[in-house]
Amino acid sequence: MKLNNLLLPVALALIAAFATTGCKHGFNGQLTDVPGQRLHAPAPGPNDFNTKPLTAENNPPIVANPIPSPLPPAPVVPPFVSNPIPTSAGWEPADMNQNREKLAAYTVHFKFDSAIVQDSEQANVANVGQALSSNPAAKLLIEGNCDERGTEEYNRSLGERRALALREALAKIGIDPMRIRTISYGKDQPLDPGHDEAAWAKNRRGQFVYCTPKAPVQ
Amino acid sequence: MKMNSFFNTATIENVSQPAQRAPHFRRWIKLFIALLLAVVTVSFGRASEEFTIVKPATFGEKPIPIAVEGFSGEALGVLNFDLAVQGFTVVPESSSPQYVVKGSSEGSVAGSLTDAIARQTLFSRTYSGAGLRRQAHALADDIVTQIRNTKPIGGTKIAYKSQAPGGNGEIFVADFDGHDAQAVTSDNAIVAKPAWVPGHLALYYTSYARSNPDIFYHSLSSGQRRVISSYSGLNTGAAVSPDGSKVAMILSKSGSPNVWTCNADGSDPKRVSTGIEDSSPCWSPDGQWICYAAKANGRRILAKIPAGGGAMARVSTTGAPNPTEPDWSPDNKWIAFTSQSGSYFNICVVAADGSVGPIIIVPGQNPSWAPNSRTLIFNRGLPGRQNLAAVDVFTAQSRDCHRASGSNSEPSWGH
Repeated sequence: MKLNNLLLPVALALIAAFATTGCKHGFNGQLTDVPGQRLHAPAPGPNDFNTKPLTAENNPPIVANPIPSPLPPAPVVPPFVSNPIPTSAGWEPADMNQNREKLAAYTVHFKFDSAIVQDSEQANVANVGQALSSNPAAKLLIEGNCDERGTEEYNRSLGERRALALREALAKIGIDPMRIRTISYGKDQPLDPGHDEAAWAKNRRGQFVYCTPKAPVQ
Repeated sequence: MKMNSFFNTATIENVSQPAQRAPHFRRWIKLFIALLLAVVTVSFGRASEEFTIVKPATFGEKPIPIAVEGFSGEALGVLNFDLAVQGFTVVPESSSPQYVVKGSSEGSVAGSLTDAIARQTLFSRTYSGAGLRRQAHALADDIVTQIRNTKPIGGTKIAYKSQAPGGNGEIFVADFDGHDAQAVTSDNAIVAKPAWVPGHLALYYTSYARSNPDIFYHSLSSGQRRVISSYSGLNTGAAVSPDGSKVAMILSKSGSPNVWTCNADGSDPKRVSTGIEDSSPCWSPDGQWICYAAKANGRRILAKIPAGGGAMARVSTTGAPNPTEPDWSPDNKWIAFTSQSGSYFNICVVAADGSVGPIIIVPGQNPSWAPNSRTLIFNRGLPGRQNLAAVDVFTAQSRDCHRASGSNSEPSWGH
């Protein structure tokens, strides 16, 4: 039958996708790969060039005169080439409608210096999974955040791991991780600016941004 | 051509050659060895986080007294700052210090350095061009080089992030004392972790300008920049290899934040570390090792790994809890890092071969070595109101840098 001919490859593809992604969900460092170069980033935009020439006339020179010897040679950087890692993520949060309210009630909180999704937070994860399951076109952006008690780059890694841990938790309950993107804000975006445990507890969080395709341009 | 000499722009006229090398140096070495043997154990802690720092007395080195006479205004400010953060203390001439600098800063800087013990004038110079500040930096360099024989830092630049309330900010470059600050970016986005290309007017840094933490390469001489790493997830923590050919960075594309290396243009990315959560890579001066912050059994550690990949080894930081943000000194002897206890951050230094330390130097975060392997630039202050500061590691003398605006952090010292 025609219908079966169509459905069979689709079903096989789904099984294959689940087999490759659904089985990896430990927190022992063997995490699901985040695929590919981002879609838009490699294309040089207008902001990539001549953003702010420090040596131009409208800027004071970085080095005062007189200079006792010739200018240094240009930085030894070979010509830029596009990155060989293939694109496979397939979507960009910036291209989607981003609804920050829809899943706001399911924000997941973490213990100090931990990226482990606690059992008490599993209901939130399940609710987010439910929202994604009920709309196959929807995607998810997970924002990882930390309290201020950590150094900046350490917290940027910790925030990313929190977001990745939530991605793994969703993969575990059957959500295709290719629908999920992560971003870490480290300690740069505290929810509560306070400097006590109450504020810190609020700031150690993973927030879910519900993304849906923008309506096609008529 | 190295950036040091490029930045060191004040020209020297009327140079009289130093009569001899300062006698202080050899005595200093002897003192160093003697004190190395005397180990003082300092114990302190909080109820739940008691820890012990083994503190060799070497790091309590006494600053060298020096009298500075005849200067005023900005020039005097520069001399005081540069001497303090390189292990000198400015004293009145009446206290009869071994070293006396006399000169003036009217119109241009002139100075002569005398050694009262050797009864000799070590040099006598006038400086022209480039403005009083740079002239004073050049005089300070000559004094420090004459007495300590360390690499000059007076003409060096730093790069750092300046953050506004709300998290957005820009990358800046400035003189190492914070003066003459200029914005490199105009992203109005979260920015992070600038890193100089050794010997060149170029930076790598992280910017969220494209709605994701991406790593940019930015030439300060042309004003052009390019994204060199923009994978899904985290791209941050760029550190340039000593020869400028490679960049170490943190990517999360494998599913966890790990150390990767790539070529200077971003090509050929290779995963180097495989831990669960890594951050802040830096290079050994020979380019053979990458040191970074890692996690083992739920605890933060410093680790080093061959730059081409291989087995991870721990860097001993016993006694300094929660180490992150390592930076390897250019002379290969020390690794500076940040130790955290509760909400308190301390700059610590440990011998790269593990033979000394760790030692707490001063409260603060984000240490970055100067070319002289004795001064660190770092940031300190209240959360959201960080100030850059420089510290002389061996005397623990520190001075706040000039702050133009914003919360300043993550400084990188240009070499």
